[in-house]
Order: sequence, then C-alpha cells, then structure tokens
Amino acid sequence: MRSGRGRDRSPVAGRRSPGRVTTSSSVERAGALAVRRRAGGAGDVVFRRLSTGAALTILIVLAGVAVFLAAEALPAITADPAELPEGKSLVEYIAPLAFGTVLAALIAVVVAVPLAAAVALFISHVAPRRLALTLGYVVDLLAAIPSIVYGLWGIFVLGPASVGATEWLAENLGFIPFFEGPASATGRTMLVAGLVLAVMILPIVSAVAREVFAQTPRRLQEGALALGATRWEMIRMVVLPFGRSALISGAMLGLGRALGETMAVTIILSVSGVITLNLISSANPSTIAANIALDFPESSGLAINALIASGLVLFAITLVVNMAARAVIARRANGEGS
Amino acid sequence: MNHKESRVRTKDWLLAIGSSAVLALGGAACGDADSDASGSTGNGGSEEVALSGEIAGAGASSQEAAKEAWIAGFQEQHPDVTISYDPVGSGGGREQFIAGGTQFGGTDSPLEGQELRDAKDRCAPGELIQIPVYISPIAVVYNLPEVEQLQLSPETLAGIFNQDITNWNDPAIAADNPGVELPDLRITPVNRSDESGTTENFTDYLSKAAPDVWTHEVDGNWPVEGGEAAQGTSGVIEAVTAGEGTIGYADASQAGDLGVALIQVGDEYVGPTPQAAAAILDNSEEVAPDDSIFAYELDRETEASGTYPIVLVSYEIACTAYEDQAQADIVREFLRYVISPEGQRAAAQNAGSAPISEALRAQVEPVVDAIGAGS
Amino acid sequence: MSAPPLDLTAAAGDLRLRRIKDRAATAAIAAAFAVAVAPLVSLLYEVTSRGLARFDAAFFTETARGVVGEGGGAAHAIVGTLVITGVATLISVPIGILAAIYLTEYGNGRLRRALTFFVDVMTGIPSIVAGLFAFAVFALIFGPGIRLGVMGAVALSVLMIPIVVRASEEVLKVVPQSLREASYALGVPKWRTITKVVLPTALAGLVTGVMLAVARIIGETAPLLVTTGVIDSMNANPFEGRMQNLAVYAFNEYRNPGVMKEAAFDRAWAAALALLLIVMLLSLIARVIYRRHGTELR
Repeated sequence: MRSGRGRDRSPVAGRRSPGRVTTSSSVERAGALAVRRRAGGAGDVVFRRLSTGAALTILIVLAGVAVFLAAEALPAITADPAELPEGKSLVEYIAPLAFGTVLAALIAVVVAVPLAAAVALFISHVAPRRLALTLGYVVDLLAAIPSIVYGLWGIFVLGPASVGATEWLAENLGFIPFFEGPASATGRTMLVAGLVLAVMILPIVSAVAREVFAQTPRRLQEGALALGATRWEMIRMVVLPFGRSALISGAMLGLGRALGETMAVTIILSVSGVITLNLISSANPSTIAANIALDFPESSGLAINALIASGLVLFAITLVVNMAARAVIARRANGEGS
Repeated sequence: MNHKESRVRTKDWLLAIGSSAVLALGGAACGDADSDASGSTGNGGSEEVALSGEIAGAGASSQEAAKEAWIAGFQEQHPDVTISYDPVGSGGGREQFIAGGTQFGGTDSPLEGQELRDAKDRCAPGELIQIPVYISPIAVVYNLPEVEQLQLSPETLAGIFNQDITNWNDPAIAADNPGVELPDLRITPVNRSDESGTTENFTDYLSKAAPDVWTHEVDGNWPVEGGEAAQGTSGVIEAVTAGEGTIGYADASQAGDLGVALIQVGDEYVGPTPQAAAAILDNSEEVAPDDSIFAYELDRETEASGTYPIVLVSYEIACTAYEDQAQADIVREFLRYVISPEGQRAAAQNAGSAPISEALRAQVEPVVDAIGAGS
Repeated sequence: MSAPPLDLTAAAGDLRLRRIKDRAATAAIAAAFAVAVAPLVSLLYEVTSRGLARFDAAFFTETARGVVGEGGGAAHAIVGTLVITGVATLISVPIGILAAIYLTEYGNGRLRRALTFFVDVMTGIPSIVAGLFAFAVFALIFGPGIRLGVMGAVALSVLMIPIVVRASEEVLKVVPQSLREASYALGVPKWRTITKVVLPTALAGLVTGVMLAVARIIGETAPLLVTTGVIDSMNANPFEGRMQNLAVYAFNEYRNPGVMKEAAFDRAWAAALALLLIVMLLSLIARVIYRRHGTELR
C-alpha cells in the first residue's frame, strides 16, 4: 500500500488500483492523466529537487552523526580493558547502561501512550469546542518546560510523594521483582524517572495524535452516528483507526525522546551501575545519555571515547527498536488488509 | 487561497519573530549600560595599564562561584575587558587549554603524564604555569535532628560510606560520640552520581586515613554500589535534606542548615572551617616537577592541630607567553587579582572557599608576574 | 479499513449495555485527561510560584556582568535564547517541511523508506551527543577553541528536524487525495498544488509541529553547554563569540549558587518561568497567524 499519498476514506469510493482510492469522476481522471503526461514545468523540477535535497540533507547529517560516533568510539573499542574507566571491558561498562535506557524508556512509553491517546481524544471529541482549544494549548505547554525543571520537579515533588506508595509496594507486593525494595528514602528511583519521562513525552504523543483525530472526516463520523453507534463506538471504529498511524508516529517520537533524554534523568536518578528490575530502590542502572552527562565534564582521554562508544550503542538501540516497531506495525497492517 | 495571501503569511511570521527580537535587543541595549555590581570587592593591585580585550577560560565547575566573584571584581576595574569561564568540568577544561581554545583553565587535579607534556607543548616557547587558587573544605553533612553535633573518626567514616556500618546506633559511632543518644535508624549514605573532584578528594582522604577499611581505588567516580547517588553538590545537599538518617559529603559552603560532622585529626575533632582547610596546604608536600608548576600531595593523615584534611584544591593553568601580547597582559593581571588578598576575600565571600595563606601567595606571585614579561 | 460491522438488530438490553459502555468510556477518557494534566498543573505551579520572586524589570534588562550574589538579570540569556532558537528554527523548518513533502508527495522506493526509517532513529539521538557532533564539525573547520551561538543552533536543529518531519508528514498525509486530484484536474502543476492547496490545508498541523519542535529544544541544556559556552555579558551575534541562554543560565545558577544560595535559585526559577512565557508567546503568535490564514479541514 502506498501510504505516502493522502487517503480519502469516502464510503462510496471506487477502487482504481491498490492503495489509491479516488472518486470516480471521469473529468478528474482525465485531468490527472493530463497532468502526469505534461512535464509540469520548471517549477515542478525545482520543487522536486528542493524536497529531495532536503531529504538527502537529513540523511547526510545522520550519516555524519553516525560517522562521528564511530570515529570517536573506535579508540575505546580497540583498547585494552585495563585502560578503560573502572577497569571493565567495554561490554561490561555499557551493558547496565543500555539496560537502564531501555527500561526507563519502556516505563515512559507504556504509561504515556494510552494517556496521550486519552488526552487527544478528550480534546478532539469529548470536551466542548471552546474549552478544547485552550486545553490543547495548555497540554502543548508541557513540552516547553525545560528538562532541568522536570528533573527538579522529580526530586522535589514526585520523588518525596512516591516514598509512601513505594514503601507500601515493597511491603505488600515485594514478591514481584519490580517492587522488591527496600524502598528508597528519597524517591529518586527508576520508577520516578520513568514516570517523569512519561510526563515529558506525553505532549508530543498527544499533540500529533490530536491533530489527526481532529481531522477525521466528518462524513465518516456522522455516518457511523447516523447508523446508530454510540459516541464511544464511533470513536473506536472510525476515529481511532483513522488516527492509528499518527498515534504510532507520535509514540515513536516519544520513544526517541525517552531514549535520548539527558538532563531530567541525570538530576533525578540515584545511579549505582547495577542491572536490576527493582524499580523502587536506591540502586538503579543509569541510562546512556545520563551517564554521558554525568561523566563527560570531568573525563579526558580514553574515558571520553568510552562515553561516545556508549552513545554509539544508543544509536544502535534506537535503530533496532525502530526496526522492530516497524516490523510489528507492518505485520498488523498486512494482517488487517487495507 | 490566492498568491497575495501567502506572501502576507510569510511576512507575518517574520514580523512576529523580528519584533520580539527587536524588543528584546532594545531592552538589552538599555541593560548594557547598567553594570550594577553588588557585593564585588574594591581595588586589587595597582594596574596602571588600561587593559582591553577578551580572554576565555574553561574547566572545573567547583571554582564556578569563585570565578564569578573574580571576574566581576576584575571587570569592574577594567570595564573594557571581557572574561568568560565555561564550567564544563576539569577534564574538558584541560582539553580545551591544551588544544589552544582557551587562554587559561581551571582543574581540580593537577596535570600529569601525557596531558602535562601536551600542555607544555601548547605553551612553548613560553612556560606552563599551574598554581593553586581555590581551597574548599569538604564537609560531611548529615540529617539527624536529635543529634546536635556528630563526631567521627576516619575508620568510622570509612565504615559508614563503605556500607559496613548500617545503623546509627552502631557501637563504632557510639565510641566516637560518648554520652550522645543515637537513634535506631538505618543509615542512608549519599554520594555523587557524577564524576567529580569532590569525590576524588574524599576517597583520597578515606584511602589514606583509613586504609584498612577503605580499600577502593581513588577515583572521581564513586566506587561503592547501593548508596543513594545524587547529581552535583546541590543534588547531594537536597538528598541529605530530604531523607532521614542520611549522611553525605559536599562542599562546606553549601551545607546550610544541615548538621556538619567533626572529623578526628590526631586527638581533636575538627570542623571544616576555612582556616583549618587552608592549614593543610601549608603542611603538605609540593610534588611538582619545576618552579612554575605547583602540585600538592595533600597530607591526609596529618595530625597537626587545627587542620582539616578533607579538602579540595583547585588549580589554574596558564602560559607565560601568548601570541597576543594584550591577552598575556590580561591573563597576568587577572591572575594577580585572583591570588591577591582582595580577590581571595571575594571568593571566600561568594563561594565559601578558604583564602590562600600569605606563605603560599609569596610562592606563586613571582610565577604569575612572569606572564607576558618578554618572550 | 476492516472495522467490525454494526449489528443493527441488537436487542434493547444490548443497547443499554452499549450506552453504559459509552458513558464509562467517556468517564475513563476524562479521568485519564485529569491524571495527565495533574503533573502539568503541579509543574506550572512550581515554576510560577518560585519564578515570580525575581520577575522584576531588573531581571529582564540587566545582564550578569559584574554581578556577584544578589541582583543582576538574565537579559543576555533571554536574547541568547531568542537568537539561538530563531536560527535553529530557520534551519530546521524549511528542511523539515520540505522533507515531509518529499515523503508524502514525491517519495518513492528506497530513498523514501530510508528517510522514514532514519528520521525515527534521529529522534533517539541524545541531546548531548547532538551537541558534541556540532562541536566536532565546527572544530574541524575552525579549530577546537571555537564557541559560537550558531553551533548551538546547529546542534538544536539536529534535535528539531525529526519532530518537524514526523509531525508534518502525519498532517500532510491526511489531506484528502480528492483535493489534490481536483487541483490537478484544473491544470495546476504539482508544485503549485502543494504550495497552494496541500500546505494551507495542513497549516494548523504544520504550525503545531513546528511549535512542538521549538518547545522541545528551547529548554535544552546539555548540547548548549558544550557548544555555545557561557558568558555573563550581552552578545546577540550568533556568528561571533560565546552566547548565554536561559536554560544553561538556569542550570548554572542551580548548580553553583555560591554562598547566597537563595538569590541564585530565585534567578534560576525566574529563568525557567521566562522560558515558559517565551514559548507561550510564540505559540500565541503562531496561532494568530494560523487563524487568520489557515483553512480547517472538516
């Protein structure tokens, strides 16, 4: 399916070729053919070149970043473990960091995406019109709060507030590896860090989803309602499928942000370099980005190369996660047919 | 949608952005005329030359507050000079200095090995200079409202931070504090999560003063797993304040209302006062390779009276000659101000550091005077 | 689309169940919204209440030059933030929107798939790595001591571009094909169709995407620490010398407050509040423009 073109999901559409749904006016058909036959003029060529150029620029910049990471990481990869920080091998050094990164990002996405979908739906379909615009504006403001403020909010507000709850969790649900405890006395835990990340990525996911939910064709929505669906059923059958791609895109953006977030995690997390699923104690693995921020200022020589090597691993993790996500989405799309 | 409308659209954007920028710049232009210096010091040495130009430095963030005071004081006397200092950290500071990107640098640990060689190359044909300019006591802070004054011996301190001693009513702590009621409460040790000179100096003290208990290597990264880790001095102070039964180590000037432990030195228990901190430098060995480079091996095991051994010493690195003679003059006058009594007083006021002693000043003054004098 | 068909022959009891589900779902959505908004309220409250302490004229007109302890302002940081963000936006928006246009209008085959995939990867670049990359590029050309406002802007563009591309692509995708076909049928060449029909229709979403990207980077500290340097005097020229900005300013005040802690913390919170207000202002301006010139698709 050529999902790159706009889709018109008119219920009375005819099908011309797989993936292209158009109205069946013969005038339009003729016009479209005419345009394709015509060269399009110089403007078309220039514009096409410009947009292709932009696409290439992005890829070149990305390649540049990858080359930079690889070049700077190389001395650490080829070095003797004794010379590296903490005397560990590079794999031993980076493994807990990679684990922590993925764990924190997972918590963030699992919490944020459903909430963001709900927020987007609330603004686009449930709230009264006037209120909705203000609300959307206010939620977008969340994205503007500097990451250090999130960090400070985490240690001053959310952390201390979480202590009571985590102590309860450690006592009563301590058999679950996530809540093993002992609960941290200050609340600077992986759980709090993950929740703060969730709040940080919420506006991104919900803004993208909201824009598209709001653009759901009125005909489709009214059609469903006219056939007797309740509002929730209409949302479930029309709005959500229409906005599914956007919600996923927003989730990918949010995931990327969560994987790479530096300052908030740096300030909040009490790090100990251990690999553990225990979300509520003082001993947590750091994340790659936070580790770079914590150690880069005082590092020199080979230690910097090791840090950049961890950045390269983060790059690779983002690649793998994105590939996996796309594979899952593609399989679902094929399964549903379209 | 016609052509005219789209042109207006773009113009609107530019107008909006442009007007906000202009407003801001206009406000700034008025602001520039204001150089309201509150709390800066009086006149440093006697500078007859009217200096102008720009120099840049980078390095230790421990010195940041002191640098603020020095730069403010110096720029007040020389309004045509602009000095900037990037508190990117000692490692970054040394790197930038060696690469020639900055004219001076701040570093918590003295140059050594390959870096020392590279720095000397950078200064050639002039000499490299490295002088101690900032002495800051590291306090052991704790949060135990019931205990007015805590006393700790090096072994007990090492045991606490090594997580061997886990409860406040442990007999080892009681032995250091006769007659004091200690609560039955879990000890939560707080350390730095970022690599820092404070950690390095603290672990250096522990490994020298209590070598049997503290067997870890001295490093800027905290070596013990499981404790509460916080970012930066502010982070440690917040963490100790937030928890109960917490104990941590941080720059003494930031201790605020927290309890500060007295550390056993010889037969006494000493607190992190500036005088006691400065005293250790006078008792310590200078291990530098030559006359213009000072590096101190602090005598952490000292038993001298009135000395506080948990101290961070931060250095300034510079060259005796620069390509631009005007820059050399600025560097010289700036460093003169930094080591002067007025400059050190300003740093003490703003950063809580310990002013360098007269003896030390007498040693480093000739080194600073050599900057920019002939080439 | 393969939604399950509506069963119109449902019994009355079934209908009641559906209505209950409808109300429950609405309540759940509203509850989720409240849960999501609670941290926002808390954050805004913290920033506002702590930031107001130093929200005076001095804060906006004075710099930190010569200031030790109390007093001083962040005028240099405010100007720096506006300049750096402005330059970053100027770089990112054209590239981002053009790339999104490529993806939705022209793209075909390998380049398109590669771009889609790698834009997602780009969102995962840690902000400090983006800063180090920009620093490395400029250091290669100008030598290692270089510190420029525009370096920070380049680092921030690396972070902004993927957001602009993703958000714009999603919004351009839902512009109905029928609009494009109608335009072609009238003989309008492709490029004018895009600029006159597709873009204006998607304008609201594009604006949101750009504002989202701006909000994302305006509070970034880590990349700017290593690229723009720190300075306490005014500098509005991005192509010369170090430049201060609100995020780094706030971070430094918090990290090394000196003996007069309260004064420094007050300044840090005021800087955070100023950042928020700048974004609100830009957002408002953007929405005003959209409302006057955009069309909403319904």
